[in-house]
Amino acid sequence: MNNIKKEALLKKRYNAEKRFKLYGILSIFLAIAFLFILIFNIFSKGSGAFLKTEILLNINFDQKKLGLNNNSSEKEIREASFDEILKDALLALAPSAPELKQAELVDIVSIDAELEIKKFFLNNRDILNKSYEVSLTLSDDLDQVYKGNFPRDIPEDRRRFSDFQLKIYDELVSKNKIVSKLNWSFLTNADSREPELAGVASSLVGSFFTLFVCLLLSFPLGILAAIYLEEFAPKNKITEIIEVNVNNLAAVPSIVFGLLGLGVFLNYFYLPRSTPLVGGMVLALMTLPRIIIPCRAALKAVPPSIREGALALGASKVQTVMHNVVPLAMPGTLSGTIIGLSQALGETAPLLLIGMVAFINVVPSTPLDPSAVLPVQVYLWSESAERGFVEKTSATIIILIFFLIIMNSFAIYLRNKFEKKWS
Amino acid sequence: MIKKKIIILSAFVMMISSYANARDQIKIVGSSTVYPYTTVVAERFGKQGKFKTPVVESTGTGGGFKSFCGGVGVQHPDMTGASRAIKKDEMELCVKNGVTEIIELPIGNDGLTFAHSIKGKDANFTKAQLWKAIAHDVVIDGKLVKNPYKNWNDIDKSLPAIKIEILVAPPTSGTRDAWDDLIMSKGCDEAFKKLTDPKNCTKYREDAAVIEAGENDTLIVQKLGSTPNAFGYFGYSYLVANKDKIKAAKIDGIAPTIEGIQKYTYPVARPLFLYAKKAHASVIPGFKEFLAEYTGKSAVGSTGYLFKVGLVPNAKETEEKVRDVATKLVAMKN
Repeated sequence: MNNIKKEALLKKRYNAEKRFKLYGILSIFLAIAFLFILIFNIFSKGSGAFLKTEILLNINFDQKKLGLNNNSSEKEIREASFDEILKDALLALAPSAPELKQAELVDIVSIDAELEIKKFFLNNRDILNKSYEVSLTLSDDLDQVYKGNFPRDIPEDRRRFSDFQLKIYDELVSKNKIVSKLNWSFLTNADSREPELAGVASSLVGSFFTLFVCLLLSFPLGILAAIYLEEFAPKNKITEIIEVNVNNLAAVPSIVFGLLGLGVFLNYFYLPRSTPLVGGMVLALMTLPRIIIPCRAALKAVPPSIREGALALGASKVQTVMHNVVPLAMPGTLSGTIIGLSQALGETAPLLLIGMVAFINVVPSTPLDPSAVLPVQVYLWSESAERGFVEKTSATIIILIFFLIIMNSFAIYLRNKFEKKWS
Repeated sequence: MIKKKIIILSAFVMMISSYANARDQIKIVGSSTVYPYTTVVAERFGKQGKFKTPVVESTGTGGGFKSFCGGVGVQHPDMTGASRAIKKDEMELCVKNGVTEIIELPIGNDGLTFAHSIKGKDANFTKAQLWKAIAHDVVIDGKLVKNPYKNWNDIDKSLPAIKIEILVAPPTSGTRDAWDDLIMSKGCDEAFKKLTDPKNCTKYREDAAVIEAGENDTLIVQKLGSTPNAFGYFGYSYLVANKDKIKAAKIDGIAPTIEGIQKYTYPVARPLFLYAKKAHASVIPGFKEFLAEYTGKSAVGSTGYLFKVGLVPNAKETEEKVRDVATKLVAMKN
């Protein structure tokens, strides 16, 4: 009798355990499913941005129309207008087009087409007076048609392109004059209001400068603060208050740091607005507590026997800490720093207030040039009306995720490779 | 050693401050509605190669005026975009901080469209009907009651028998301000105004019929495309860019057309402005040239490149007047 009761109880406990495991597996499965949906969504939308559509156009480099000769200097070429030969080439696509339709022909290529021809000519000086096939960026409306993101079988007034443009486009496709290429310009161009020309270079470099400034400020300050608090500071009320505040600071919403940056760095010190310098300083304030906390934890994890051993051999307190404790705590500190920085990389809110949510058309060359950062670029493009920006937004997210993965796996690598196990 | 560090540090500080004191780039802040147009002009202006591309920030109309009116000097922005005219208190702030000469340029017009999926039937609403669909409280039989309307035909028999579902912008948005001014305040019942504070006309209902969809108009467009019965309002340029997915409902029998928005016969049309500081005109390189480009025929003309991104141009006379103001740098009277 008693045995049966015991067995029933045992079975119940086993079942409870099984259920608990099942819940755990289910929740993990759910989390992974959401992650996959998110990643699939971003990749399926964003992959198109890594391809660009170009048109192969036969261009006649007419000497007279360009006003150049074989001995023209580079400066003269840069100042020459290639608009006329571009227009001639485009009009030649439909020689009998009425004047009203000619503007539509010119709209087939991007506004950078003239620059692209100029660049081509600078690289091939000997083609003066010859006809040559040049590859030009297609305008974003037709680019979206080529990628299948914009329907073509709807009435003309619902489309962004006319029947006439579509007819020319179809002719070009059947002649294999429309080609798809890897979109390197997405990585080398700065932001643009033309989706076919827009790239992430300005925000990528901006992110790099911002993080660099942030690292330069927050890393030494954070480590020194952590070492002092952990190893040297007396345990009293004041250090307790500091400790509570550091922990609180790590939980303060990031926009508060933006307000601080606006009030102090911009309005009081008159540092230049919209620059990675100020952005990095604001993010450094935000990152500081996030470095101090893991750094202190890493220092705490070093066993006291190390300190006692060093002290027993006659090392001073500073020598003990600097030569023995800190090196052992370094892996944990570094991985904490990298994780803090990767959080700073994804931050937009504080940057809004110091003017980094801005249209930057040039790649910044120093941390004192105005610039945007990657998450800001995502925000700005997601707000744009043009269809071409939908894929650019997702593609920028892919790049951002890529950098986050690299940084976080580097942190994990550091921890696994150099961390000592004390057992 | 310490001396050396101090020298390096002070050199660094001087470098930054000298940088801040000599700016060779126009800085523009302001409305997110004007931002897409200003950036297009800025990009083309920079591509001409004579001056640097202006930096354009999207801060919102109010935030734009706040920093624009902060004072005269290179650390303050040169221009600000606005989706409404400057207010009296903003003008006072400007004058208090020494910004006395302001150039006001109505660069064009924007119409708010009340749009839905192309799969839905064409629709026509009056302002009063729209107010009744969105308002928090309405008047029924002389009494103030919580908005009871579930379907459009509850409001008026002539409207379709579909559920009311409207995606609206959050209160921080300038688009919502314009909608409240032009539709909610005007469509508001006289009886309602007598019973309660007229300010409550712009209070939105909080049930499932009105959904706050966030600042991002692109997202609203995407949601409208996938839910055939839902409506939403946003700027005209979003309609132009997404004609394959959405169409606009008529308001008071008038569809949003370029002409209607231009002449304000379409009820939800408003002018857009660019404000510039005259004191900066001779200090910042490219200042005059940028204003000339922005008001030039190739930009704001009836076939200009801003028209292609959805800015509704001014009527011919206004366009020329604005161009005149921009080239002569005529400050507005305060």
